[in-house]
Amino acid sequence: MTFEVMRPKYVGARVQRKEDPRLLSGSGRYAADVQPTRALHVAILRSDYAHALIRSINLDLARAMPGVIDVIDGEALASELKPLYATSRMPGYKPTALWPLARDRVRYVGEPVVAVVATDRYLAEDARAAIQIEYAALPAVTDANLSLTAQSDFLHPEHGSNLLVSRNFSRGNIEQAISEAFRVVSGQYRFTRTTPVAIEPRAYTAEWDRRLARLTLHSATQAPGIIRDALAEVLELNGPSIRVLAADVGGGFGGKVSLYPEEVIVCFLAQKLTRSVKYVSDRQEDLISTTQAFDQTVKAEMALDSSGRILGIRASILGDAGAYSIYPWTAALEPMQIAGFLPGPYQVPSYEADVQVVATNKTPSGPYRGVGRPGACFILERLIDKAAKEFGIDPLEFRRKNLVQPDQFPYKTGSGIVWDKSGFIECLDLAAEVIDYTTLKDNRDAAKAAGRWFGIGIASYAELTGLGSRMSAAPGMPINTGTESASVEIDATGSVIATFGTASIGQGLETTLAQIVADEIGVRPEDVTIVHGDSAAITHSTGSYASRSTVLAGGAAHKAGKEVREKLLKAAGFLMDCELLELEIEDGVVRQPATNKVLSFKDIGRAVYSEMGRFPLALRQELDLRATSFYDPEFGTTTSATHIATVDIDPETFEVRVLRYVAAEDCGRVINPQIVEGQVQGGVAQGIGVALMEEVIHDPQGQIFTASLVDYLVPSAAEVPSIEAVHLEAFAAGTIGGYRGMGEGGTIGAPAAVANAIADALSHLNIDITELPATPERLFRLVTTANQEKA
Amino acid sequence: MLNRRTITLNVNGEAHELEVEPRHLLADALREGLGLTGTHIGCEHGVCGACTILLDGESIRSCLLLAVQAEGHEITTVEGLGDSNHLNFLQQKFREHHALQCGFCTPGMLMTATELLNQRTSLTERDIRDALSGNLCRCTGYDHIIAAISEAIAETSGAGP
Repeated sequence: MTFEVMRPKYVGARVQRKEDPRLLSGSGRYAADVQPTRALHVAILRSDYAHALIRSINLDLARAMPGVIDVIDGEALASELKPLYATSRMPGYKPTALWPLARDRVRYVGEPVVAVVATDRYLAEDARAAIQIEYAALPAVTDANLSLTAQSDFLHPEHGSNLLVSRNFSRGNIEQAISEAFRVVSGQYRFTRTTPVAIEPRAYTAEWDRRLARLTLHSATQAPGIIRDALAEVLELNGPSIRVLAADVGGGFGGKVSLYPEEVIVCFLAQKLTRSVKYVSDRQEDLISTTQAFDQTVKAEMALDSSGRILGIRASILGDAGAYSIYPWTAALEPMQIAGFLPGPYQVPSYEADVQVVATNKTPSGPYRGVGRPGACFILERLIDKAAKEFGIDPLEFRRKNLVQPDQFPYKTGSGIVWDKSGFIECLDLAAEVIDYTTLKDNRDAAKAAGRWFGIGIASYAELTGLGSRMSAAPGMPINTGTESASVEIDATGSVIATFGTASIGQGLETTLAQIVADEIGVRPEDVTIVHGDSAAITHSTGSYASRSTVLAGGAAHKAGKEVREKLLKAAGFLMDCELLELEIEDGVVRQPATNKVLSFKDIGRAVYSEMGRFPLALRQELDLRATSFYDPEFGTTTSATHIATVDIDPETFEVRVLRYVAAEDCGRVINPQIVEGQVQGGVAQGIGVALMEEVIHDPQGQIFTASLVDYLVPSAAEVPSIEAVHLEAFAAGTIGGYRGMGEGGTIGAPAAVANAIADALSHLNIDITELPATPERLFRLVTTANQEKA
Repeated sequence: MLNRRTITLNVNGEAHELEVEPRHLLADALREGLGLTGTHIGCEHGVCGACTILLDGESIRSCLLLAVQAEGHEITTVEGLGDSNHLNFLQQKFREHHALQCGFCTPGMLMTATELLNQRTSLTERDIRDALSGNLCRCTGYDHIIAAISEAIAETSGAGP
């Protein structure tokens, strides 16, 4: 079977999105929009302490408040359900017990302690205020270095330390590379903690079906399949007893891809009370309890030979996991991905990385768009620019020289990742061409000569996308995420229905998958009904994350669509009494071009399902118009890009303005250029946020200073420049359909490109940007210190 | 806090009677009381703009107004624009330009943009970016939203963007 559609009509076209009419008219259905009859509402009392023992909980007053139906704490839950552990095959890894409500001890500000159920949300929150808890404060640890060396007051005393993960990677002889190097550049980099901030706060509605005595969880999740499987485990239910639906989800970015305590709580309560139960978080809760991102300190050095070629990289990575190792990704996810991707798209013969991950009294960290790679790219690209400066080589040329060359693919990196053929150099050249790099440099020099703080920053990166069963989305994690399925059918009315397990979180999957099915079968995308985000519609799925949905579900759609087309042609060929090869299908009609014979899908559907007598018995036995296929891309595929940014820094206010931004990327075959452009632009805007303004700040006692959108800043239309996204397809990808994943790339490249542009703007002061976000305050300090040293 | 009162809200040209507590937010009354869930709540502190509606033609945050305060005013929500089978001019521009991804901020964006459009004055891209700076979008990076609104304004104000 080949998967090259002969004349793609819709794949590659700017097809308008199928999901738009409902979302533009306020007719979407997000988890908080579901209003089951007589639904109860939950308010969660969260810990005010970063680290404390729970001495006593008094729920009597709360229970007596108006409208209150039930109030439960950790002990009440513990007798009814099992804790979950994010296990790992990684040696020495320490999992943490995940209880939906804290037992005995709280470990971060925002940890759920008590759940109140009442007839409306206002009353639930009133009763929450009447709960009395006595805590005994413990010393909080909010600094990863202090956590690592702590001798007592461990977060999880059963482990005897706060260290959850300790790993070492090495390849080649890094000692020799460094000792024999012509130059070594190095730095200590800090990638501070951020949080995803989907505009839809997390929300869960557990709908109780009285007739069937079973649950439907409407969840703001990217991973309905993962959540269904985990809830079945925790609540000891069989599959059909719990259905997880994610109809419309208001953005994910990694913050909605783990199992959350509130998901367990609403399901548990709905079952217990045999009523529908709803929980909608407010923004403060979202900012303190949704999994946070990054938070690593990395010491890195790069060895170079006399011609400016990289000989090796050595890094030590300290990751701050927060209070728990989350399900299913584990605490290893972010820091291990940094180690995995630190060699980047360059030729790095020797490599060594040491990874340590510690627990601290902060919100658990988890996946965020790009996972590990935004940090890895920032560190690596800073070292690259520093090295280029040392050697007096233009940063673009320095990259061209050190990137993996087209004849070197497949290239195995120092961390063991294998890059398949992708446009590393081609993206670099395209970005330079689009931004007119030569002229830009002249303009920069002129601007700097005139006293402006103007800079150019480049960042190149590669990422593995569409991971199959031979690569783990998170190292050692408990579940394999290497497959997705597609079920395609033509029903008795001649309608085409395609069912997937992935969830649409804004990336337009309903449209892109419909484009694929439309081409394979021969209908218009608007005539393909896409079913997705429903755990009951499929046998197994995990969901949408790690730039996998288009590659895996799209590949499966090609397989299943092709099979249905063949079945359809077989039926049509018999009905029209002609050879299959003579038939053409277009826009839902089968025709024999040489004759006037025409059959619509409606005719064929009716014949196959309702007029079986028209077919001989032998054909009837095998003739259905449906197929289910799974696709496993085995290792996945490589997406690559180069970003170039220019910035201007105001010497009075130290505000950084991003003036131009070009992203050139190779994501393989493009299904819908408008959607690809939107993904890149959105990703870059998030990356600019990481570079310039986003930072979760804790005080030494573990209180969060950034618990509102006034304190935690995300970019608005006024701060984001127009982003030029250009695309190339340098080499055919080995995946079915030729797709490479591209949902995360923008966020990977932008922090590095902007950081490099800032360093370039301040190059006269020889300032290294080692810590993001580069806020006005940080830049003021850096410039002041540099001026003092100069004086 | 259980003193409830009956109020009349004029929403999208229709009068609705509903029972609320004085403390109930307008956003909650629209969503829970009237089932108009197109108005989304993103922050409940007036920053993100997702719950933006028009009150007598002016954009306001429905999370910062009490339902009882809205009595006697004309409220327009996203449901008052075109429905999914009949998108209005602005909604169509959003669709053509791929100005939405997850759609959660979109109703607020549309209401803010409707106010801009109703002013019938030409605006520069910078003006539009500033006018939209109170509506956060985490998906699009804003370019496509700006393009959709610029085109809509240009075609209705008779002046170029």
